[in-house]
Amino acid sequence: MNDEARQKNPIEHLLRMDRIPHIWCPGCGIGTVVTSFAEALRKSNIELDKIAVVSGIGCTGRVAGYIKLDSFHTTHGRAIPFATGLKLANPELKVVVFSGDGDIFGIGGNHFIHAARRNMDLTVICVNNFNYAMTGGQVAATTPTDANASTAPYGNFEQPFSIPYLADAAGASYVARWTALHLRRVTKSIQEGMDKNGFSLIEVITPCVTLYARRNRLGDGLNLLKYYYDKSEIKHGADTRDLDISYQGKLIVGKFIDRERPNFIDAMNQHMSTVLGDDYELYGRINND
Amino acid sequence: MKKVKADPKGVLTGAHYLDGDFALAEGALAAGCRFFGGYPITPSTETAERFSERIPRVGGIFIQMEDELGSIASLIGAVWGGKKAMTVTSGPGFSLMMENIGLACMMETPLVIANVQRGGPSTGLPTLTGQQDMMQAKFGSHGDYEIIALSPDSPQECFDLTIEAFNLSETYRVPTFIMTDECVGHMHEKVVIPPADEIELVERKWYTGPKEAYLPYKPDKDLVPFMIKAGDGYRFHTTGLTHDERGYPVINAECQKVNVTNIIEKIRKNADKIIKIEEDQIDGAEVVLISYGITSRVAVRAVRLAREAGIKVGTMRLITVWPFPEKRIKELAPKIKAFIIPEVNYGQMVREVERSAAGKTQVFGVPHCGGWVHNPEDILNVIKEAVK
Amino acid sequence: MTEIRFSGFGGQGIIRCGLIAGKALALFDNKHTTMTQSFGPEARGSACSSQLVVSEDRVLYPYITKPEILVSMSQEAYEKYEPELREDGILIIDKDLVNTKPPRGKIKTYAVPSTRFAEELGNRIIANLVMMGFFTAVTKIGTPEAMKKALPGLVPERFLDLNIKAFDKGYEYGLHVLDEEKSH
Repeated sequence: MNDEARQKNPIEHLLRMDRIPHIWCPGCGIGTVVTSFAEALRKSNIELDKIAVVSGIGCTGRVAGYIKLDSFHTTHGRAIPFATGLKLANPELKVVVFSGDGDIFGIGGNHFIHAARRNMDLTVICVNNFNYAMTGGQVAATTPTDANASTAPYGNFEQPFSIPYLADAAGASYVARWTALHLRRVTKSIQEGMDKNGFSLIEVITPCVTLYARRNRLGDGLNLLKYYYDKSEIKHGADTRDLDISYQGKLIVGKFIDRERPNFIDAMNQHMSTVLGDDYELYGRINND
Repeated sequence: MKKVKADPKGVLTGAHYLDGDFALAEGALAAGCRFFGGYPITPSTETAERFSERIPRVGGIFIQMEDELGSIASLIGAVWGGKKAMTVTSGPGFSLMMENIGLACMMETPLVIANVQRGGPSTGLPTLTGQQDMMQAKFGSHGDYEIIALSPDSPQECFDLTIEAFNLSETYRVPTFIMTDECVGHMHEKVVIPPADEIELVERKWYTGPKEAYLPYKPDKDLVPFMIKAGDGYRFHTTGLTHDERGYPVINAECQKVNVTNIIEKIRKNADKIIKIEEDQIDGAEVVLISYGITSRVAVRAVRLAREAGIKVGTMRLITVWPFPEKRIKELAPKIKAFIIPEVNYGQMVREVERSAAGKTQVFGVPHCGGWVHNPEDILNVIKEAVK
Repeated sequence: MTEIRFSGFGGQGIIRCGLIAGKALALFDNKHTTMTQSFGPEARGSACSSQLVVSEDRVLYPYITKPEILVSMSQEAYEKYEPELREDGILIIDKDLVNTKPPRGKIKTYAVPSTRFAEELGNRIIANLVMMGFFTAVTKIGTPEAMKKALPGLVPERFLDLNIKAFDKGYEYGLHVLDEEKSH
C-alpha cells in the first residue's frame, strides 16, 4: 500500500496503522474482507469500544492483529470458545470471530457446531480460501474434491464440508455465503450478522493466489475473481443441502438462514427464572429486541 | 496489590461436611470466581456439578463446554472479559488443556485450574488416585514458562487453597493450578467457611493511568504488567505470538528474549513470596521426609513409627509445589543424612529434590504407581534404610 | 480414634450412613471425622462400603485399617468385611439379611431387623436410617440429636420426617437391646 493510498484510506481509524504493511500476499482476498468488515463497523451503530475481534491461527487469524479494536489472536481452532468466554463474561460486548476455514472448520469444527447449537451471540466471519495457506497450501476440510494441495499432490479425494449446510444443521441463527467479489453484500451480511441476537456465520470465499491458485494452475487473483463472477449465483433462502462446492464449479451465494431463536444468555435467563423464580439473579444485559 | 473483602453472595459461611471437590467449588465462589467453563471427567466432576448448582443464585456463568480445549479457551476469554474464572479436570483433560495453558501464560492471564489427579497414563485409573501430573503441571505446555501450583491435603485446604490460588493468580497474572487428587477430592471432612469479611482477596491488577499511555505488556516494578479488560475503550491487542510491550507480534530472537524472560522471572524473582511449606521437627533431624497432598497424611503414620523407633525424622509438606522450594532444600541438604520423598507416581518431584540437593545428601524416592496410597510400612522401610 | 465401616449392597444408602455419621460427629458432636468411600468398579458391585475415622483430634491418616465397628446390611458385605474387624470390635447387622458365623474373639454382635422395621414404617428405603438409630444407641459414638441434626441436606426434604421416625425406631430398639443385655 503506497503512502497516497494510505492517506485516502477511510477506514484508517479502524486499523492498526503502526502494523501496516500487513503480511498477506498480493492478490489475497483477506484484506478485502477486512475492508468490508471495517465498512460494516462504519455503518453500524454499535459503539466501537464495545466490539471485540477474536481470531485463531492462520492467514485470516492475523486479522485480529490489524483491527484497531479490542482484539485477540488466540490459538489454532480455539477462537470460538475464547469468544464464548469473552461474550459470556461481558455480555455487553459484540464479539466477532474472524478466522479461516482451517481454523474454524478443521481444527475448531467441534467448537463451531456447539456454539451454533447454543446460539451463542457471536458473529463468525469465516474466510474460506479452500486450503491451509499459512503453512503452505495443505488440503483442508473445505478443499473441493479433485483440487490439488501440497498434502494432496494427486488431488483431493475427500468430500469437503459445505459450511452453510453445517451451520444451518447446527442451529445458527444467520447464515450467508459470498465471495470476495461481493464486497458490498459481505458488508451488509456482516452488519446483519452483528445485529442478529444469536449465532451468525458469514462465509466469504476468497482467492489464495500464492498457493491454491498457483498449485491448481488457476491463474492470478483476477482469474479467480472472474471465476467467482462467472460461476456464482445469488440465491437467497436456498436450501442449504444444495450448496456443495465442486472444483471450479458453481458457487451458490446469498443469505440462506435468518431466523429467531433465544441466544444462550436469553435462554439461560428465561429458563432459570422459570425454574428458580426470585432466587435466580438475571445475568447480563436483557435483550428486549 | 490491592486487597478487597469477599463478596458475601458467594460465601457459604458456616461449618459444612464436604468432599474436596465440593470444597474447590466453594473456594472458587468465595474467591469471587463467576465463570466456570468445564467438561466432565472423573474424579473431578463433582466440582462442576456443585458450581452449576450454586452459580444461578450467586450471579455468574457455568457453561459445560464441548471439550477441555474449549473449557480452557473459554476461561481465557472470560478473564479478558473481566471475570475471575476457573475450571476443574483430571489427567486426560489436563493434557488437552496444555496448549492453551501456554496461551494463558503468554497472554499473562490469571486463571485457576484444579486437577483432581487420577492414575495414568492415558485413561489409566479413572476412579483411583494418583499424583502423576506434577511434572506436567510445570512442563506440560511447550516452550519455557512458569506457573504456580498448590497441593491441598484435605477438603478444608481445597477451600483455602482455591482462594489462595486465585490470589496468587491475580497477583502474578499467571495460571495457577490446584494439584489435588482423587483421595482428597472424594474425601468428606468438616470444612469451615469464614464470614465474607474475613476472606481477603487480591483484586486484579487493573490499570488506572491515562488510556493513551497504556502498554499491555509493560512490566511493573514486580515484573507483572497492569491489566485491562475488553470493552473499556483501550482497543488493545494481545496474542500468543512473541510480542512487545504493546502486545504486537515481533518475530525475532531479541523480542523473544524479553518476552520469555519476563513471564519466567516474574515468578522466579517472587518465589520466596509465593512458596508456602509446612515443616515439623526439622532441627536436628537425621532425615527429612518431603511430601505433598494426600501422601503427607499417609506418611504421618510412617513418620510416627520411625520416631517411635528412635529415628529423628523431620517433615516438610509442600503446600506450594511450583515454584519448587529449591533454596530450602539446598540449605537443609548438607545437614541431614537423606531426603525421602514418597509420592503416588514413579518418581517426579523427587527429581526436583535431587536437583536442589545437588549431591549434598542422599535422596530416596518412595514411588507408587497409583491406584491407592502408600502402605505406611513401605515408607517406614525407606526411612530405616536411609539412616543405616 | 475409632474406625468404622458401613457396608451393604448398592441402593441401601450405605454411603449416606457414613455421611450422616461423619457430618453429625464433626459438625454437632465436636469430633473430627474423615469419611471415604469406594469409587469405581469396586463401588458398582453388590458389596458397597463407606468408611469413617472418628477422632478427638485432627484425623491425619484418613483410612481405616482395622475397624472397631462394622455395620453390615448384607450377607456378602458381612463376609467380605468381617475378617478385618478387630477382635474386641462391635458387629452390627440387619438380622434378617445377615447370618453370622460363630463369634470371633470378644466381638460383640448387635442385630436389628432394620429392613423389616423400615417396611413397617412404609418404605424399605429408610432401612439405613433405622440402622443409624440402632448404631447410635449401641455404639454411643455420638448423640442422637447430632445424628438427626445432620439429616437435612442428606435425605430428601419431603422425607425428612419419615427418616427421623425411622431413626427413632432404630434408636429405641437399640436402647431396648442394651437394656436386655444389661439384665442378662
